Amino acid sequence: MAIEFKPSPSLPPPVNSVGAVAWVRQNLLSSPLNIFLTLFSFYILFLLIPPVVEWGIVTATFSGASKADCTGAGACWAFIGVYFEQFMYGLYPSEETWRINLALILLVVLVGTFVVKTVNKLYLSIGIVVVYPIIAYFLFAGGVFGLEVVETSLWGGLFLTTLLGVVGIVASFPLGVLLALGRQSSMPIAKSVCIVFIETIRAVPLITILFMASVMIPLFLPEGMNFNKLLRVLIGITLFSAAYMAEVIRGGLQAIPKGQYEAADAMGLTYWQSMVLVILPQALKLVIPGIVNTFIGLFKDTTLVYIVGMFDLLGRIQAATHDSSWLGTTIEGYAFAGFVYWLACFGMSRYSMRIERKLETGHKRN
Amino acid sequence: MTDTNMARAQLEQGESAIIEFNDVNKWYGDFHVLKNINFSIKKGERIVVCGPSGSGKSTMTRCINRLEEHQKGTILVDGVEMNDNLKNIEAIRKDVGMVFQHFNLFPHLTILENLTLAPIWVRKMPKKQAEEMAMHYLERVKIANQALKYPGQLSGGQQQRVAIARGLCMQPRIMLFDEPTSALDPEMIKEVLDVMVQLAEEGMTMVCVTHEMGFAKTVADRVVFMDAGEIVEANEPHEFFDNPQHDRTQMFLSQILNH
Repeated sequence: MAIEFKPSPSLPPPVNSVGAVAWVRQNLLSSPLNIFLTLFSFYILFLLIPPVVEWGIVTATFSGASKADCTGAGACWAFIGVYFEQFMYGLYPSEETWRINLALILLVVLVGTFVVKTVNKLYLSIGIVVVYPIIAYFLFAGGVFGLEVVETSLWGGLFLTTLLGVVGIVASFPLGVLLALGRQSSMPIAKSVCIVFIETIRAVPLITILFMASVMIPLFLPEGMNFNKLLRVLIGITLFSAAYMAEVIRGGLQAIPKGQYEAADAMGLTYWQSMVLVILPQALKLVIPGIVNTFIGLFKDTTLVYIVGMFDLLGRIQAATHDSSWLGTTIEGYAFAGFVYWLACFGMSRYSMRIERKLETGHKRN
Repeated sequence: MTDTNMARAQLEQGESAIIEFNDVNKWYGDFHVLKNINFSIKKGERIVVCGPSGSGKSTMTRCINRLEEHQKGTILVDGVEMNDNLKNIEAIRKDVGMVFQHFNLFPHLTILENLTLAPIWVRKMPKKQAEEMAMHYLERVKIANQALKYPGQLSGGQQQRVAIARGLCMQPRIMLFDEPTSALDPEMIKEVLDVMVQLAEEGMTMVCVTHEMGFAKTVADRVVFMDAGEIVEANEPHEFFDNPQHDRTQMFLSQILNH
């Protein structure tokens, strides 16, 4: 008779390999070099943190109406307080800023509705991508339902930064997907058009494109025919970032094994069906880090609109630091700008990591 | 191909031929991968294709649903010629199921979604009906309890059985198998072969590229041996294994049967 095979029971790992003490030992004190690096890092932190805390918090002045109120040795945050509205809304009329807030709240509510399970996601997406922009546009620009008209030249601050960033991101993504598919396509004309577009745009700095959009295009257009500078800049930013997006997505498409294309073909799916249902969901998931990288880059690149005379968050802050009654507040201004940009970019980065985790289906690719 | 040739071919093979290769040639660049393939498969026939690697056996099989294009000759599947006409290709692909060596399940979809994708989008079947059918086929391959998992959570053998069920969900008239067990651990080969044997017994037309000679002996109506892009020999399994005609076939059989 054969001997019965019984697997040995699984045992817990040794105590000194788990827990906080083990973590410190393994990660901070594992070798003489590691011990030195740990101590050195603590020393640097000790040198840096106290002065920054003292300047920024302990001896700082947080409220006040003029430079004279800043009597402490530290930062003069009163400057940010006084200019806060301009930093947020630019020169948008004070009594009308509720329109921007309303649009923001509406967007948050709409996006938040995605969590609700019973809502039809397709209709909601259409609502956000198609209906919302129209509502938002009329809220911002006015001219209907008795809303006062606000010229786009008055739009500015964080509002303008967000507008450029969000529109750029939302519009460049689908365009990038199409360009990437076009570049991969077997149709020679579509392929050449996409390659020429991508390579041309990538070969030119964004500043040049913005300059072209705001200064050159009006020169070429016939007399009397002109369209809004903000719109031209938005189109410039969108095309610029679509070219980068296309290359990121192409990387994802190339990483999908040939077998996936073949399996989709063998089922009788059409080209668009196999792209939308099989290839793109996988390819886009693979390149989320690259896509978010492009988004973050785009968001920060919007600061370049100062070159064509638009005052986004950074532009407004720079203008304010030149105010003769607030001289010497440059550091506070830039610190605030850095903090806001960091918040937005870090937020995007964390959100993308969440999506990546959510889409992880626990598999190796085959 | 001329009309008289076509008529002659039809006469020779009878009306029941569901797949016909007539003087099919294919090149990869300068490499002549299929040379004058003439072969026809009747409805309900089980064909096993074997041969050394690079002999063109996968390529020939993949020409049937035009995953590969041939450059000369004609291939008729179910009476439809496989050429550049996209409509023809899509029509045939609806009726031909395919199982790959590396399963090629869609990793971002659950097992159930993998099975219902084509019925819903290609056959335009209502979702509920597609899911019921998918569950039916999953039960047949004895894997219904895994329906909501993702492919990456299943073993190789389970994934390949899902792939077979996925092919069946299109309710195909022909099933193609391209080395379905070559990427599997030895312990999992049997569970996949069992499903294939069952399918063969139900009368499905099957073209199977495999080196599982036991499978060939049990279910094949004919075994095709290919080398260097040509069909060297095609015969019923009994004759093929016991009395191979060509010395190349004899050598191949001695290599794979006596190791």
